[in-house]
Amino acid sequence: MNKVVKNAAEAIADIQDHQTLMLGGFGLCGIPENCINALVDQETTGLTCISNNAGVDDFGLGLLLKKHQIKKMISSYVGENKEFERQMLSGELEVELNPQGTLAERIRAGGAGIPAFFVPAGYGTEVAEGKEVRVFDGKPHILERALKADFSIIKAWKGDKAGNLIFRYTANNFNQPMGMAGKITIAEVDELVEVGELDPNQIHLPGVFVQRIFQGENYEKRIEFETTQD
Amino acid sequence: MALSKTEIAQRIAQELQDGYYVNLGIGIPTLVANYIPQGMDVVLQSENGLLGIGPFPKKGEADPDLINAGKQTVTYLPGSAFFDSSLSFAMIRGGHIDLTVLGAFEVSDKGDISSWKIPGKMVKGMGGAMDLVAAAKNIIVATTHVDRHGKSKLKTQCDLPLTGVNCVKKIVSDMAVIEVTKQGFKLMERAPGVSVEDIIANTDAPLIIEGDIPEMKL
Repeated sequence: MNKVVKNAAEAIADIQDHQTLMLGGFGLCGIPENCINALVDQETTGLTCISNNAGVDDFGLGLLLKKHQIKKMISSYVGENKEFERQMLSGELEVELNPQGTLAERIRAGGAGIPAFFVPAGYGTEVAEGKEVRVFDGKPHILERALKADFSIIKAWKGDKAGNLIFRYTANNFNQPMGMAGKITIAEVDELVEVGELDPNQIHLPGVFVQRIFQGENYEKRIEFETTQD
Repeated sequence: MALSKTEIAQRIAQELQDGYYVNLGIGIPTLVANYIPQGMDVVLQSENGLLGIGPFPKKGEADPDLINAGKQTVTYLPGSAFFDSSLSFAMIRGGHIDLTVLGAFEVSDKGDISSWKIPGKMVKGMGGAMDLVAAAKNIIVATTHVDRHGKSKLKTQCDLPLTGVNCVKKIVSDMAVIEVTKQGFKLMERAPGVSVEDIIANTDAPLIIEGDIPEMKL
């Protein structure tokens, strides 16, 4: 069993036009920079991208948007990106907005074999339109379906060659649940180590969920809003 | 005199209790963190995966892997925990967060809130707001009483797309503290120097007013 690939280009080489991808990250924190750049180079188009945000104009998923490689976005918050807004308002880009916790749970459920579930978020709002409503313990809930992807592309801090992953600080975010919900999950990591070098007690995402892994390079890790005390 | 944004935050901080787990939204709510009473144990949750938000980092010490839900660089306090987004919203949806403070475009006297979309003008998305308002035990809205055009944000019905229904418990505006009761808005306190008549004139819904309305203490 060899999960290790050379680089992002090799990891994403078989991603086809019109497939569905999940891409980890919150804002620009914990995004799979190497794979996004490789998708730009590969010019794969017509993609449906499931990602909490859509990057900024010149970084993250904004790079794919600029080249019109994305057909549809499933997200919870898409501010900070003017090109996104322009494509959405002009109808070039299809957008489905989900409450953030519902989005995270749809993804987790997709990986956990739960096809649908009820949540209170969005009841009485446009999010509930067309969805089954049921009352549990006196409170109305709406039925939400699980999400799956052809490929989940995630970023972790440390990984071993068996695909076990550890995330760092708030760079975990959507990476862990997305790592469970891809038919093929590709993990890029800051540091790839030999099997046995990670403490099994500290693993966030077990290797069973990960099919491909590589150590990324030249991480920019751009900060969206650098805020300091002074 | 109507309250400044920091004074609204100061007044909301008086709602905190020892042992509370609190989620603060973007904008005025974030400022509440600056007024947690000395010696009180309050744990701040950030829905992108942190319990125990600390102050902003010192210059040169910002870490791109450590941000809050507003995507600002932060630090973490001793005793903090990091986790993924689905666990974060399990905390929220599961009722483990004691208090949520968030901003709003409009609030109705039924406790409905609009905060995420202005059709044709602004569509950024709801982020975690819909999950928070649907689940938190206690929801306080921090807002100016009127919008930039002088129109009341407190009304009998929200005109903008809703974030949640029947969920807001209290509003702290620059003019007043108002409780959302089954009977509608109930005026509890007024900002220093703001009269009850001013508040009535700037509120687009009936107000329940019982006895003398005290000034807020800041």
